[in-house]
Amino acid sequence: MTHVLSLLVEDKPGLLTRVAGLFARRGFNIESLAVGKSEIPGLSRITVVVDVEDLPLEQVTKQLNKLINVLKIVELDPSQTVEREHMLIKVRVDNSTRSQILEAATLFRARIVDVATDALVIEVTGDTPKVQALLRVLEPYGIKEIAQSGLLAIGRGPKSITERIYKT
Amino acid sequence: MSTETVPVPAAPTKRVAEPEILTGSGAILRSLENLGVTDVFGLPGGAIMPFYDELMSSEGIRHILVRHEQGAGHAAEGYASSSGRLGVAIATSGPGATNLVTAIADAHMDSVPLLAITGQVFSTSMGTDAFQEVDIVGITMPITKHSFLVTKPEDIPATIAAAVLIATTGRPGPVLVDVTKDCQQASAPFIWPPKIDLPGYRPVTKAHGKQIQAAAKLFVEAKRPVLYVGGGVIRANASEELLALAETTGAPVVTTLMARGAFPDSHDQHLGMPGMHGTVSAVLSLQESDLLIVLGARFDDRVTGKASEFAPNAKVVHVDIDPAEISKIRVADVPIVGDAKDVIADLTVAYREAARLQDPDIAQWWERLTELRELYPLGYDEPDDGLLSPQYVIERIGAITGPEGVYASGVGQHQMWAAQFIKYERPNAWLNSGGAGTMGYGVPAAMGAKVAQPDRIVWAIDGDGCFQMTNQELATCTINQIPIKVAIINNSSLGMVRQWQTLFYDGRHSFTDLNTGHDTAMIPDFVKLAEAYGALGIRVTKKEDVDAAIRLANETNDRPVVIDFIVSRDAMVWPMVPQGVGNSSVQYAREHAPEWEEE
Repeated sequence: MTHVLSLLVEDKPGLLTRVAGLFARRGFNIESLAVGKSEIPGLSRITVVVDVEDLPLEQVTKQLNKLINVLKIVELDPSQTVEREHMLIKVRVDNSTRSQILEAATLFRARIVDVATDALVIEVTGDTPKVQALLRVLEPYGIKEIAQSGLLAIGRGPKSITERIYKT
Repeated sequence: MSTETVPVPAAPTKRVAEPEILTGSGAILRSLENLGVTDVFGLPGGAIMPFYDELMSSEGIRHILVRHEQGAGHAAEGYASSSGRLGVAIATSGPGATNLVTAIADAHMDSVPLLAITGQVFSTSMGTDAFQEVDIVGITMPITKHSFLVTKPEDIPATIAAAVLIATTGRPGPVLVDVTKDCQQASAPFIWPPKIDLPGYRPVTKAHGKQIQAAAKLFVEAKRPVLYVGGGVIRANASEELLALAETTGAPVVTTLMARGAFPDSHDQHLGMPGMHGTVSAVLSLQESDLLIVLGARFDDRVTGKASEFAPNAKVVHVDIDPAEISKIRVADVPIVGDAKDVIADLTVAYREAARLQDPDIAQWWERLTELRELYPLGYDEPDDGLLSPQYVIERIGAITGPEGVYASGVGQHQMWAAQFIKYERPNAWLNSGGAGTMGYGVPAAMGAKVAQPDRIVWAIDGDGCFQMTNQELATCTINQIPIKVAIINNSSLGMVRQWQTLFYDGRHSFTDLNTGHDTAMIPDFVKLAEAYGALGIRVTKKEDVDAAIRLANETNDRPVVIDFIVSRDAMVWPMVPQGVGNSSVQYAREHAPEWEEE
């Protein structure tokens, strides 16, 4: 089962290795990883997507919590979460396919960010199903290359995971 | 705030003492001194030389020069485990640091407060495969509680203070501080006390009252409760509280390998050690229990046997300071996160309250346990080859030296016998490598213990295999006047592996002969080796000489003593639960399973 974890961590060298190591130790594969600064100086936010059973995940979560540089871990409930992926897709084009591809991109509210005579780079943002759907549409034309970000996720509503972080 | 600058006359300067300027090395030393460190174990090398230069002039810190960095690590562990204080080991970069790795892993498994300080190559050379460069912070990440790399001298005080705080609080463990050589050489103001900034480190110590009430309620209702005591009780210094809880509740107590001594062996409620080589009564008490009160223990596989068959009818109250231990192996019905010392005291009070409403009744339980204890006492047969019985030797060492002694062991058969046949009456008297099972722990750990507890008699109960892994520290002991006693239980083989080969590999003894004992070339000659190291070497082959040799060792304090006890190689550790089966399959002796109650 896929789980999305959001970690609030101190921005320290080696932190990512420590986090990844706890998954690797059990042979768990990290499906997606996104790291960036949080709104609090010195703290970063990591979004991890893993496909594991509930019980071992609970154990890994507890062990992640033990890491000195980890301040907080929240598992995000998909129904209460906004999730976004960001992908750049280089797709093969020729005169006969260009307009169809442009139309598909428009339908997915994707943008063309680079144009060459025989290729386009399309930028798309959305949740995983949307991005996958666009890929399926583009596949017959010939996908030359993709680059994608890890999943970003944030809880819906007014609460934030950084709340009370320095008050407890 | 106004941005206008108004010229004002300089205020009369107050005589505030300017912070002293120290080198990074000087700052490490001063920080350690300020934190109360008095003894360190280590070995210098290129990348740690600036610190060693400072260390030489320290008046407050005794440095003990080891012969191998692993010895420094285990010595620091023995120092910590025998005294409850922080142990400190120092090594240079590269191989010096990697030689510490085994001891760091060992301390991690057994929750030993250990500070490892390593030199690192110049920060400008890091990552270039410089001479004696290894990424020791990276290597030790999975086996430390935390690790630091320091490249700036101004960061030293806060880092050392944070490292010591992390190592010694919550669930103790090893912390590594790697300091680049340029950081050791550069200077900065030394500010003490430093501000320790660890927003992500908040060990829980005080447990929820509601959970304690729930545990007490289960406890008074239980018909077959057992106090399953682990090493956490020793680390928490909670033996007194445990005694009060046990006597208040009348419940039976079992102490795991790491907890030997947490509860007096002479106490009538003590059933002994559970697990693979535990007493039948301790093993079956857990197995037949309806309530396990688990105190600072972690359901190690050597205790539970096949976990799915462990204590099948028991509810579990699990007390641990580390939330990650709760429900890791066995789901807890009542999880309690907190310091064992506080929780046990609170639980005793709560039990008394709960017992007013409900009369606990465990009389029948004790009938069963007493029967088991009488039917299957710990024991051993005299070997039929006429050689010494290893159990007898170890039993005599314990009996003659007494409960005030400290006993450090290696890993294997002799370790199990030392856990079984020495009677422990106090915590911190029994030191061993429980989780990691590190052969070679014994001699350096005993050395460290003797430094921490100079007035106690300290024995290393070692095997002929283990002894050959770290015996170079005898030189350290002799030169530094650390008169430990070493008993080599010399069965001429890697005994525990040999036992498994006998039992589970059709007696095919694959590469377990060490040729150190009876009827062999005796390479090396342990008595000559001891003498070469300036120790008193004694060889004992006959039962009637055992006591005299032990007494001579206990009375010899001008040098270390090594006794080479030539014992039978066929002696086995019993009882035994074979690996991979449930604990109900405990065998009292070979092919001899006790009767257990069918449910």
